[in-house]
Amino acid sequence: MLYRIAGQYKTSYTADQALFPVRQDAILLGIILVIAYVVFPLTASEYAFKALLLPVLVYALAALGLNILTGYAGQLSLGTGAFMGVGAYACSKLTTIFPEMNFIVAVLLSGFFSAGIGVVFGIPSLRIKGFYLAIATLAAQFFLVWLFEKWHWLNNYTSSGAIETRNFSMFGYYIAGPLAPTVVKYYLALVVVTLVTWLALNLTRGNLGRIWKATRDMDIAAELIGIRLMWSKLYAFAVSSYIIGVAGALFVFVAGDGAEPNAFDIPLSFTILFIAIIGGLGSVMGNFLGAILIVAIPAMLNDIPPLFNLTLESDVQEYINQILVGAMILFFLIIEPLGLASFWGLIREKLIIWPFPH
Amino acid sequence: MNITANPAEAAADPHAGAGEVLLSVNDISLSFGGVKAISDVSFDIRKGEIRAIIGPNGAGKTSMLNVINGFYHPQQGTISFRGEVRSRMRPHEAAKQGIARTFQNVALFRGMSTLDNIMSGRSLKMKANFFWQAIRFGPALREEIEHRRRVEEIIDFLEIQHIRRTPVGRLAYGLQKRVELARALAMEPDLLLLDEPMAGMNLEEKEDMSRFILDVSAQYGTTIALIEHDMGVVMDLSDRVLVLDYGQKIADGTPAEVQANQAVIDAYLGVSH
Amino acid sequence: MDLLDKIFVAPFRDMVDLPDILVQTLWEGFVAGILYALIALGFVLIYRSSRIFNFAQGVMVVFASLAMIWFNQKGIPAWIALALALVVMLVMAIAIERIVLRPLIGQPDIILFMATIGITLVLIGIGEWWFGGENQAMITDKLGVPGEQWDLRILGGRVSIRQQDVAAVIVAILLVAGLLVFLNRSQMGRAIRALSDDAQAALSVGISLHQIWVLVWFLAGVIALVTGIAWGARVDITFNLQVIAYKALPVLMLGGLDSISGAIVGGLLIGILEKLFEIYWAQPIMGGGSETWFAFVLALIVLLFRPQGLFGEKIIERV
Repeated sequence: MLYRIAGQYKTSYTADQALFPVRQDAILLGIILVIAYVVFPLTASEYAFKALLLPVLVYALAALGLNILTGYAGQLSLGTGAFMGVGAYACSKLTTIFPEMNFIVAVLLSGFFSAGIGVVFGIPSLRIKGFYLAIATLAAQFFLVWLFEKWHWLNNYTSSGAIETRNFSMFGYYIAGPLAPTVVKYYLALVVVTLVTWLALNLTRGNLGRIWKATRDMDIAAELIGIRLMWSKLYAFAVSSYIIGVAGALFVFVAGDGAEPNAFDIPLSFTILFIAIIGGLGSVMGNFLGAILIVAIPAMLNDIPPLFNLTLESDVQEYINQILVGAMILFFLIIEPLGLASFWGLIREKLIIWPFPH
Repeated sequence: MNITANPAEAAADPHAGAGEVLLSVNDISLSFGGVKAISDVSFDIRKGEIRAIIGPNGAGKTSMLNVINGFYHPQQGTISFRGEVRSRMRPHEAAKQGIARTFQNVALFRGMSTLDNIMSGRSLKMKANFFWQAIRFGPALREEIEHRRRVEEIIDFLEIQHIRRTPVGRLAYGLQKRVELARALAMEPDLLLLDEPMAGMNLEEKEDMSRFILDVSAQYGTTIALIEHDMGVVMDLSDRVLVLDYGQKIADGTPAEVQANQAVIDAYLGVSH
Repeated sequence: MDLLDKIFVAPFRDMVDLPDILVQTLWEGFVAGILYALIALGFVLIYRSSRIFNFAQGVMVVFASLAMIWFNQKGIPAWIALALALVVMLVMAIAIERIVLRPLIGQPDIILFMATIGITLVLIGIGEWWFGGENQAMITDKLGVPGEQWDLRILGGRVSIRQQDVAAVIVAILLVAGLLVFLNRSQMGRAIRALSDDAQAALSVGISLHQIWVLVWFLAGVIALVTGIAWGARVDITFNLQVIAYKALPVLMLGGLDSISGAIVGGLLIGILEKLFEIYWAQPIMGGGSETWFAFVLALIVLLFRPQGLFGEKIIERV
């Protein structure tokens, strides 16, 4: 009854190809946007912003980038963490060299550095496939993290190679760094994420998206209908790395306060990969669902036991967290390899038919 | 080549220009390691005709198509397409030049719907650049709609409207083959290579597919080369037949000629030679 | 000029002038290479029989070692603790086969690979919880391996060879030999090879998929335990050790995912070249630390020229 789609006829191709041809989906998105832009800022606590909302936004964005590369174009990458680092260090360096540069501009520019490096490390994908490619991306992962530490010009000559805390302002107000109000940082991240998600949605729905999916599903057949695999893959690496780089810059300056080089190491790469898998490879929305789940579990392990007068020590929480994430990955792979996005699809189908059983 | 050609006009003379050679294969030899898949084969395909390539299993038929397509590179010999001679070509160049093909084991993109699969066949013709695509406005949006219109014509033509949005992995085999044909047609090719388009179909499906192939030839004037095992289909559909055995050409002519050819009969009956 | 000297001249000069350091470096690289090869062997075994890229091999090394140490700390003599650890690995193999492998039969390789990542996380979580998170020292001495080192005064200097390293090398060689004999001469071994060539055909002649998988994962567990004992001679056992498993990946890239000899040669190559590069190039010029990435970059460069690795078969794609 809620999701009655009968009667929603389209009389033009334009209408049929709209993002939300079903009105209820558009309403649902509207509700979500209202919650994100209005309800949360009014009601969420400092803790909620710092521990939940900001990490979800940044992780979801990075996962979106990875999803484009791995979920849409089929090129498995284990180097996401390092590319977030490239974006972060690029942003740090840009604002060091050009102190007058607007922070948002710096963030959007850093993505291009990440994209460039991404293309370079993506070149092997033209000859190498599958697991071998994944291992090749590890070369990027390990090499770049080493570089972050050793290249002193890049890390502004800090002893550990870390990116230091900075404060950024715009029109006289602080918008990033420890002095900026959390709500402002939240809006900043939210706007960037919304914008990039919209662009990603357009790309994946258009010709490039189809080209990527063709490359993923059967690259030989793709070639035979005229698709240039080289461009398909390099574009995938470029777009993906751009998004991941932007996420990295936000990660360091908006969701966090500076970062050590090893923050961008393999564990981060895997976290983002898990979000992309659990959310659903080949989906844009899934990344948000996956991020919410991955961020929520440790938070719940922290906050729920005290309600039952139990306390779990932090290291036990960590162990349980790992077991749960691992179990979830196995669960999703066995039950629904297409992830949470697909679960939502099933629920939606049921809603459309409800109250009829089939 | 006009998708909306007047059917009556084309049907009146379905093989207009039949004398003109579209593709000619000259002394092609292809080996894999020590195995010679094709030995010194030469033949031509005339514009507008339906050419069947037949032969026992392992005769090199699919390899021949792969060579024309640019997927395999022959060790020897050349191919001339629309007057241009070349010995090696990449598959996407073949596609660009106007050669499309379908495969024995349906090569559809399983993660996409029917509509998306066929739309992917239009990607050669979509020119809007990255920027417009990213904001889905202006040239990119106009292109999407325009090509959608063309694709819908093909969908109507092949009667697959009801499975537009179905992921192709879920379709019955016969329908998958039709979608694959649709995708090839979406490329508006001059030469269509069909590798066993009727394989695994029942009588009714074969009749449908035969009708579609004849319609493609009549309505769009596409030149067609098909590999086929069903002799009935071959005899009914094709203008000329090429027979391969053990990688060599053993006969080349009209269906009637080939049917009477002793070497062909021997090959199929397995007479040792 | 100074930089060019450092890259093209100084290293070779140093190698010649100080041969004892060169031999020491080569030996260290050789031992590391043997250990990488061992881990790679575990991967190869599982990949050959099921086309699964077992990301959990590294954590299995740690888990097996910690199990053995735990039994020993409870008062059980070392060799029996070892046997018990093997039992643990058998149980693990059975559990993995039933819970993860069976439901995922027929799924694409990438799904299976990600499943092994899931297994890794679960094992780390369970392992750290049960065994505790601190470092543990490997009980090599209790296993009867002598702990001293030989200092050879040769080549104008000194080369130190630890007896535990020698023991590790010997054990590794015995393990590989045993494995090869098993695969080539025994009934079960033949079944494993049949399965890796063509699973469908193997099934149709009555080979039990499930039994073989349990066997193969158990063997991988055995290899993991041996690797753990050998590694433990040089470093403490912690769950961070599982990152050593990442090193096996370039080995596999070079040697091919399905070749035992490839794993061995690849392992030795990586081990030796990595050490040489670190000592003679990375430390003087870049401040060291290249061992995290050198193997990967090397493998990447090789793959660019030979996408199938040094030993793999040329990948022919049929349509």
